[in-house]
Amino acid sequence: MASKTASKDIITLRGSAAIVSEFFGYAANSILYNRGVYPEESFSRVKKYGLPMLLTQDEGVKSFLSEINSQLSEWLEAGKLQRVVLVIMSKATSEVLERWNFCIETDAEVIEKGISREKSDKEIMREIQAIMRQIASSITYLPCLDETCVFDVLAYTDKDVAVPFSWFESDPKLIANPQMVKLHSFDTRIHKVGTLVSYKDDEWDEE
Amino acid sequence: MDASSANSSSTNSDLHHYRSPLRERVLPRRNSRENMDRFIPNRSAMDFDYAHYMVMSGKTAKENLAVARSPAKEAYVKKLAEALNMNRTRILAFKNKPPTPSESISHDLISYQPPKASKPRRYIPQTSERVLDAPDLVDDYYLNLLDWGSSNVLSIALRSTVYLWDASNGSTSELITVDDEIGPVTSVSWAPDGRHIAVGLNNSEVQLWDSTANRLLRTLKGGHRLRVGSLAWNNHVLTTGGMDGRIINNDVRVRSHIVETYRGHTQEVCGLKWSASGQQLASGGNDNILHIWDRSLSSSSAPSQWLHRLEEHTAAVKALSWCPFQGNLLASGGGGSDRCIKFWNTHTGACLNSVDTASQVCSLLWSKKERELLSSHGFSQNQLTLWKYPSMVKMAELTGHTSRVLFMAQSPDGCTVASAAGDETLRFWNVFGAPEVAKTAPKSNPEPFANANRIR
Repeated sequence: MASKTASKDIITLRGSAAIVSEFFGYAANSILYNRGVYPEESFSRVKKYGLPMLLTQDEGVKSFLSEINSQLSEWLEAGKLQRVVLVIMSKATSEVLERWNFCIETDAEVIEKGISREKSDKEIMREIQAIMRQIASSITYLPCLDETCVFDVLAYTDKDVAVPFSWFESDPKLIANPQMVKLHSFDTRIHKVGTLVSYKDDEWDEE
Repeated sequence: MDASSANSSSTNSDLHHYRSPLRERVLPRRNSRENMDRFIPNRSAMDFDYAHYMVMSGKTAKENLAVARSPAKEAYVKKLAEALNMNRTRILAFKNKPPTPSESISHDLISYQPPKASKPRRYIPQTSERVLDAPDLVDDYYLNLLDWGSSNVLSIALRSTVYLWDASNGSTSELITVDDEIGPVTSVSWAPDGRHIAVGLNNSEVQLWDSTANRLLRTLKGGHRLRVGSLAWNNHVLTTGGMDGRIINNDVRVRSHIVETYRGHTQEVCGLKWSASGQQLASGGNDNILHIWDRSLSSSSAPSQWLHRLEEHTAAVKALSWCPFQGNLLASGGGGSDRCIKFWNTHTGACLNSVDTASQVCSLLWSKKERELLSSHGFSQNQLTLWKYPSMVKMAELTGHTSRVLFMAQSPDGCTVASAAGDETLRFWNVFGAPEVAKTAPKSNPEPFANANRIR
């Protein structure tokens, strides 16, 4: 009779990179839906991670996210990606209102030696599910975004990465005096992804 | 060993140096020119696991902490490594930017400006502005006898008669009186155009009237078996909820009007509300269940399946209201044995908050102007409570009714609320603020990312 610890799956570097970039794709969609950046009718429901996840049907947003994701996967496989940040800005003033920070720690040994790790797929799914639920319930404390907002994605990479043709160097688009909330993290034994959301403090809500 | 002594180092400067690397890891500080005093007093934002990992083992290729050193040297090396590391990080952004969302529907609340910090607290009058007589108002919790149309005309059903009260000039007129066999009237609801009105009856029929021509347009029959206690419009679809627990979507333009049936409630459907986008329907019943129905899950042949079945309330759920500034946020209120207002994310079905109000919740209304919620109650105060959202602090309690405040409706300009109770009075409250000229929408930058260097 297999014991609990015996149900592990082999995870390769490529597989782990795929899990992380897929997670980022779904997380970005979830953030765009829950924060109301795009109208809710432009999203359709799919089943993923055991939850009803929403994916945008807007072609522009879809192609943007998939292009970014393919580059992120490449960087993840090389172990060069340090973090990914989804920035939400006001359309009118270009002021940064929210920053969703996904920081990534890569196990260097795997990059150097090309070995694989073991971890139960189910457990990774469960960890990701917890993060997705937290993102969805973040509307309880995040200030309402009353105005039209736009989003952008920043990638923090190692300096020795050659900048691809379609990317350029950017400023970090930070928020002054932010409020921060740390969410759960998930770990594939090769990449560990932590989530943090920092947002501009809404003074009006102070009672 | 060394790491732990660095941890408990007595000198302040060492401790400071030891702390900064932790902070840096969470948020990189580019240079002191940009004012970013990001000292984080909040421990939950600190990654202690990572800090411990960093201290205990030198696995990451980025820093070389393998060599054991004295605590001061260790901390110095750490800080140096961090500084160096920062110079070794590139921040990249993709050149093709995502499409900017068009001015979406939820932002047509042009009066919804981000509030200025110096906004004074507005005065909420503690007494009703006006009291009208409503004789013969049926004191039945499960009915919905009051509605305020977009043409600024209020409709109220008193036993078998529906009266219209024009808010602009205060005149009253009688719309219809039904016979005793088919009455009394159990629900009224204005269509979105403010001209047509649906009247639900005790005999399970629904009549559709043109209020300006005073003409009966059609009668919807055959759907329900018992009285129709709740109505909700979604463009040309009139959704009816009955005592038989059935919810029917009627397309009022076509001959065979029943387009869909939602089955799920086992007792009377007393609360029925469409979301602002018209995509989701919330229904509350005497069986204590709150259902969320989604149009994307609908099928024309078989009875449709609900999206969520929420059983947290312990009494009838009549009070329902969708949040105007957050598309998938729904507030629901429970009856006498529940007395709670609960907030739901209708996309995931999660209960976000639950507040015990200590009194039966008969009705809920969100303010269109501010982030506030108004609830009406029964025993013992029969009050209307105004809550600030999301803190759920009570901003005002309005008393005056001497019996439970069963019905509430909001004026089209969002300033006044009308409430009717079993004490046979209809009261008006200026609870949401005085009427003001709608502010102009913020001037949008023609170039969305004017600051970013972008080759387009």
